[in-house]
Amino acid sequence: MSLPHLRRLEAEAIHVIREVVATFSNPVALYSIGKDSSVLLHLAMKAFYPAKPPFPFLHVDTKWKFREMIEFRDRMARELGFNLLVHVNQDGIDQGVGPFSHGSNVHTHIMKTMALRQALERYGFDAALAGARRDEEKSRAKERIFSIRNAQHGWDPKRQRPEMWKTFNTRVGKGETMRVFPLSNWTEFDIWQYILREDIPIVPLYFAARRPIVRRDGMLIMVDDERMPIGPGEEVVESLVRFRTLGCYPLTGAIESEAATVPDILREMLTVRTSERQSRLIDKDEAGAMEKKKREGYF
Amino acid sequence: MSYVQSIPPHDIETHLAEHDNKSILRFMTCGSVDDGKSTLIGRLLYDAKLIFEDQLANLGRVGAPGAANGKEIDLALLLDGLEAEREQGITIDVAYRYFATSKRKFIVADTPGHEEYTRNMVTGASTADLAIILIDSRQGILQQTRRHSYIASLLGIRHVVLAVNKIDLVDFREQVFDEIVADYAVFAKELGFASVQPIPISARYGDNVISASANTPWYKGPALLEYLETVELDPTDGEKPFRFPVQLVMRPNADFRGYAGQVASGSVSVGDPVVVAKSGQRSSVKAIVTYDGNLETAAEGEAVTIVLADEVDASRGNMLVTPAARPFVADQFQAHVIWFDASPMLPGRSYILRTETDSVSATVTALKHQVNINSFLREAAKSLQMNEVGVCNFSTQTPIAFDAYKDNRATGNFIIVDRVTNATVGAGMIDFPLRRADNVHWHALEVNKGARSAMKHQRPAVLWFTGLSGSGKSTIANALDRILHARGKHTYLLDGDNVRHGLNRDLGFTEEDRVENIRRVAEVAKLMADAGLIVLVSFISPFRDERRMARELMEEGEFIEIFVDTPLDECARRDPKGLYEKALAGKIANFTGVSSPYEAPEKPELHLETVGYEPIELALRIEQFLDGRMDEK
Repeated sequence: MSLPHLRRLEAEAIHVIREVVATFSNPVALYSIGKDSSVLLHLAMKAFYPAKPPFPFLHVDTKWKFREMIEFRDRMARELGFNLLVHVNQDGIDQGVGPFSHGSNVHTHIMKTMALRQALERYGFDAALAGARRDEEKSRAKERIFSIRNAQHGWDPKRQRPEMWKTFNTRVGKGETMRVFPLSNWTEFDIWQYILREDIPIVPLYFAARRPIVRRDGMLIMVDDERMPIGPGEEVVESLVRFRTLGCYPLTGAIESEAATVPDILREMLTVRTSERQSRLIDKDEAGAMEKKKREGYF
Repeated sequence: MSYVQSIPPHDIETHLAEHDNKSILRFMTCGSVDDGKSTLIGRLLYDAKLIFEDQLANLGRVGAPGAANGKEIDLALLLDGLEAEREQGITIDVAYRYFATSKRKFIVADTPGHEEYTRNMVTGASTADLAIILIDSRQGILQQTRRHSYIASLLGIRHVVLAVNKIDLVDFREQVFDEIVADYAVFAKELGFASVQPIPISARYGDNVISASANTPWYKGPALLEYLETVELDPTDGEKPFRFPVQLVMRPNADFRGYAGQVASGSVSVGDPVVVAKSGQRSSVKAIVTYDGNLETAAEGEAVTIVLADEVDASRGNMLVTPAARPFVADQFQAHVIWFDASPMLPGRSYILRTETDSVSATVTALKHQVNINSFLREAAKSLQMNEVGVCNFSTQTPIAFDAYKDNRATGNFIIVDRVTNATVGAGMIDFPLRRADNVHWHALEVNKGARSAMKHQRPAVLWFTGLSGSGKSTIANALDRILHARGKHTYLLDGDNVRHGLNRDLGFTEEDRVENIRRVAEVAKLMADAGLIVLVSFISPFRDERRMARELMEEGEFIEIFVDTPLDECARRDPKGLYEKALAGKIANFTGVSSPYEAPEKPELHLETVGYEPIELALRIEQFLDGRMDEK
């Protein structure tokens, strides 16, 4: 009798997380507060039971995240008792970098990509776990579970190591680091099904509620704070919406939805005709945007 | 047929349960460049309505040179996710896609056709159950077809779909299809696939991909998706012997020590005996710990933490296994190797060999031969170049635990890592251990005194008969020896006759030599006791110090001092060898009792006064003593 699908995915992810702890001296888990990070956190709690995960969780805060995300993050760290590190690119703050003033590309590069690099270097982490999935985007579909980064944190798709069976090459050279993706083989549907089964807490933004929304370039942007400029032709409308992915609020589009529970979301997913990345502004700037960002050290 | 349409969205719980219990098929596509592998998967996903609208819209926007089929969508672009791939219109790296139909779940690895990217093809093949091997109908079987079929078989893939693609370009002619199928059958028979299903398809137009095509009325077999949904999978590794590679030892506090890992094959339950593969130490499963509560049983694929009943030494790289069918533990073995690196594999160079959890230094001691991918013939070689396959003997610095790859993919594989660059330079599939080390298992209970005496059903002992010359030591010892032998005991009698003439013939009767005489006899007696024997030592051994020395050599309770107490005049009266006469006449120097002292034992285990008793009666008293001693144990 073979293991049911979700249990197999769960076991595979736990195996990968343990492998990181067994073979790296200073690992970290990236915690983006989203649903995938929540699943990763849950799996890490499982992997080392009865002990706690023996590594910290790092949140790279761009200072433009939804407020509910930050509240949720701090509550989870308190309740689960994991070691939370928060890093902000102070240089970016000093220069006043933001998505409205500098555009999504510059903002993401400085406040996310560069900030992540700063944090990894500051703490000297040699491996970073993250919740990325191959079904998210097609350059991610090409990435290994153990994905090596050069000293500049860049991903070189042509230098990817072959990755056979569950026998991972965890060795890195001086200055190199590893990105590790235990959820590589999970789909968005698997994530939601697992959240339902395990009753994993997630940020309420994933559930439909009436929120102040501005329609901009075909996307529904939520007005999360007073920094959001409202254009002359724009109007803030209370709309019943939810988010499929979470990031910086000005760059993350909502979808109109009535799904207020996890089963509702799963039901909605069975009929949805667009991918989750559609609501991400940053992936659309140009073709191959994700690959380009990853080459630069984005996750 | 499509996943989306087949689901009544109202009954979500039922649907999820069904969804979770569907079987999963991992398959790969392979074949030569431009045979249409990526297009086929794109077609499969597209026709099954498994592609999101924005992904389709993006295909138009990408607008790479490859997207030139007029109004048609270039389906390959759904998968070729790398910039270089879109530019060159080829697949460089393996892409994984996930989809499900109402019958089954699928993970598909779309692998590159170029020989240069063989390593990426192997990556996809290592976890696949089935390979779709594409063939261009116009070209027939090419070198890459043979190569990929060989690698698929080498990596343990058992099922093949021979997708004869671009059948539209040969006007859907049955003859073309039949010829290709016949050609393939000729060379594939050497590869040992469990099944080969040929299907004529057009990935571009969808013929026989999702449903039977009207263009190939002569083809009566299943369409591709139907076949993938119904092909019978091999039983999982759950039926195989229990293997649990230890990933981590969990010691959160002094009271808890657990072995974390993922069950590689078989299953284990609480109470089951297990063996630590490398040391042979035995224990049993005390608990199977998970975050969700303790389990009664853990089966193949589950990630758990096992707590054993005993303290054993099992660190990362070791394996907990069933005592009934143990893996090989060896530092020499033969393996098939695929080489990936631009610098060739050289026999004698030191590499890092990594199994699922173990990592050791290893060298190739012999490159036995290379396998010609076209002819499948063995060819002599001095090194393995990139993308070549060879059969090698390996020697590892310390033994590793493994199974043959054909028996167990999880515990029979390894990768080879370059020490300097840390690159994964090769992949290995173990064939068998060398020097037949398979039959020599390390036993924690190695063959020791306990094991040897247990086999003899006795407790080893050194019965040390001391007393004056002529006191009756040897007579009693001989009688006892016969009694014990008759009872099936394993004994040996050491006395002056068999020792003085051989081992100790260089010794005289000076005090020094007498001490040395006893020392040697005591050491020999010790070795014999270690062999599990009951040793009868019959020597005058007049000095207390030497008898104490002999006693201290033996284990506690093993040395039994028997004082054969016969008065000097009685001995002199018996004088069996006429020695007293000579001694008393001053003809023998250092004769115990006459010209050299006898230090009688102060606390012998047995004190036998011989006067008035037959030797056999005294021997029986010793036997009784030995029986009592057996009962103590």
